[in-house]
Amino acid sequence: MKPTLRQLGPALGLTAALLAPAAVADLAYVSNEKDNTLSVIDMDSLEVVDTLPVGKRPRGILMSKDHTLLYICASDDDTVQVMDLKTRKIIDTLPSGEDPEQFALHPNNRHLYISNEDDAIVTVVDVKTKDVLAQIDVGVEPEGMAVSPDGKWAINTTETSNMLHWIDTETMQLADNTMVDQRPRHVEFTHDGSQAWASSEIGGTVTVVDVASRKILKDLSFKIRGVHPDKIQPVGVKLTKDGQYAFVALGPANHVAVVDAKTFEVLDYILVGGRVWHMDFSADESQLLTTNGVTGDVSVIDVDDLKVIKSIKVGRYPWGVVVVPDPA
Amino acid sequence: MCPMRPGVALIAAVILLTALPVQALEVTVGYIQWQPYQGPVLSTTLTKPEDAGLKGAELGVDDNNSTGRFMQQHYTLDAVVADSRDQAVNELRRMQQAGIDLFVLNVPADLLKQMTEAVGPDALVFNAGAEDDSLRTADCQPNLLHTVPSRAMLTDALAQWLAKRQWNEAFLITGPTDNDKAWVAAFHRAAKRFGVKIVEEKPWTFDSDLRRTASAELPRFTQGDDYDVVVVADERGDFGEYVPFNTWLPRPVVGTQGMSPEAWHRSVENWGAGQLQSRFEEKTGRPMISDDYAAWAAVRAIGEGVIRTKQAKATDLLTYLLSDEFQLGGFKGRKLTFRTWNGQLRQPILLVHPRGLVSISPQEGFLHPKTELDTLGYDEPESQCRIAD
Repeated sequence: MKPTLRQLGPALGLTAALLAPAAVADLAYVSNEKDNTLSVIDMDSLEVVDTLPVGKRPRGILMSKDHTLLYICASDDDTVQVMDLKTRKIIDTLPSGEDPEQFALHPNNRHLYISNEDDAIVTVVDVKTKDVLAQIDVGVEPEGMAVSPDGKWAINTTETSNMLHWIDTETMQLADNTMVDQRPRHVEFTHDGSQAWASSEIGGTVTVVDVASRKILKDLSFKIRGVHPDKIQPVGVKLTKDGQYAFVALGPANHVAVVDAKTFEVLDYILVGGRVWHMDFSADESQLLTTNGVTGDVSVIDVDDLKVIKSIKVGRYPWGVVVVPDPA
Repeated sequence: MCPMRPGVALIAAVILLTALPVQALEVTVGYIQWQPYQGPVLSTTLTKPEDAGLKGAELGVDDNNSTGRFMQQHYTLDAVVADSRDQAVNELRRMQQAGIDLFVLNVPADLLKQMTEAVGPDALVFNAGAEDDSLRTADCQPNLLHTVPSRAMLTDALAQWLAKRQWNEAFLITGPTDNDKAWVAAFHRAAKRFGVKIVEEKPWTFDSDLRRTASAELPRFTQGDDYDVVVVADERGDFGEYVPFNTWLPRPVVGTQGMSPEAWHRSVENWGAGQLQSRFEEKTGRPMISDDYAAWAAVRAIGEGVIRTKQAKATDLLTYLLSDEFQLGGFKGRKLTFRTWNGQLRQPILLVHPRGLVSISPQEGFLHPKTELDTLGYDEPESQCRIAD
């Protein structure tokens, strides 16, 4: 007699667990802006293992601090979707204000700071109660969003006002503004919280700001042989935990700049796919993934060798990427 | 109005005082628009909105204020769409008397020159309406900047693309107006620069068989030896709309109709342009067009200048705008700057059909020692102007 599935069940337990969508390796989630999907990349095999339908025009994505949820800005649906990373299903939506593009989660794992590009405001939502806690007026076209590791500051960049807006997270009010170069797209705190790095796409620079004094420490600029300076348009910025490197995605220059985060010296330029925008590290920071919008792929950079080891075809116009560590 | 009790008045005054910024910088921009009537045209349904230009200036002021309020700056627009040339001149005088010295003018070239002279060298004027090449090559005024592209920039953008596509043989149909003639002259120059051959040039004279419609007349009109492309010069849109799909040979149509070079178009969505488009549409209920873009860019350039220099003196602004420091994010994928010799805003030119973006010039491969944007229009050695000297 053939064994029934029920009888086989316990014996197959391990395999079943492998087949279930639950994470068995680190996984990278990539938002495909013009496909309304997320691509899921297995970080061991570096292959796309799943493609998930999501809301319209997915752009910014981020993970909850406990690694169980993925928040997705569905810009043209005017909402933030919440995906359960175990089941890979959308389980909820959050009020986000109009046209959410980028956002940042407070270390308290509750307060989500969302840029509402069309409305010149930042919306703060409690992800648990779904209450809108505040809407803060900022400059024209808010885009980049970051919360400091100590949770004291939220910084928003406005692309047409060319400012960093410093939001005191306690009062949820604007405390200060810092002028930077044209079209600031992204801002990132160093892991020790002492500096904020902001990229200016049209200005072609990255501005490093001292958080304590809110004074500009350095304006970094970039130069690549054979690439016209106007095409060097910094967008995504990623900083290693050890404080050694900063990686800057240079948009239509199709390169990622490697910067010594201590001396601010540009060390190298790595050729990746077309119109590179955002990046994320693998959990152990041995690899860096870049989204390349025009070529519709993700480049995998080996952080030790500073070389591209693979490019992975994803959906149309990949925008954001988040690596979700294997919970095991 | 009922009189306030003293206590209430006091409280009101205190609130007012605390609400007022410490040293608010008030910046007023004068905007005057007058464009002459273009005469009757065959197609009357697709006319330009009457507030084309004005709405761009208004949005520019909104954008400046959104930034300015973080800097204790406040911008206002004193805007007039004049019915006549005289009214435009009178309004300029009124604005001058009110102390305005920053102007955005959307008027024809001759009036622009007259008005720029009238406001004097201490005022700053932006040309947001005259495409005339003469204003960029010989008739420059030191305090006049141009945010509207010249005809040479538009036709260079088109000819580069034709060269790139290797559509080297053009059948040119020319309209009768002075503006059409100026467009044709610019296209001749562009064709020569980029190696496009005009194999036939034919004026549309309207003395054809008037018992037939333009669309019936056009196939016969475009009969000729082989050509790669039909180029139309009909700025006011009289007959040009009837040319596409009505040519003798099955050929694409470009120029003032068909695929056209434009400073702005609703089909642009890259580089954050989607936000500018939706801000504009929300405000006006219509798509943003090139006229609006020129006025918007002028007001935004003023805003950038004031925000960065933290003052609003016209002469100092001009110095800043012509310096290496100035850069404007213009939603066209690269920073925009002014040419120091003739005050022209460098900008990529869009090649569009009515519902889509085809390409953006400068085309790749057309090189320039300084910036590829200077392959469009009159470069420094080709212009007699030296306004920054």
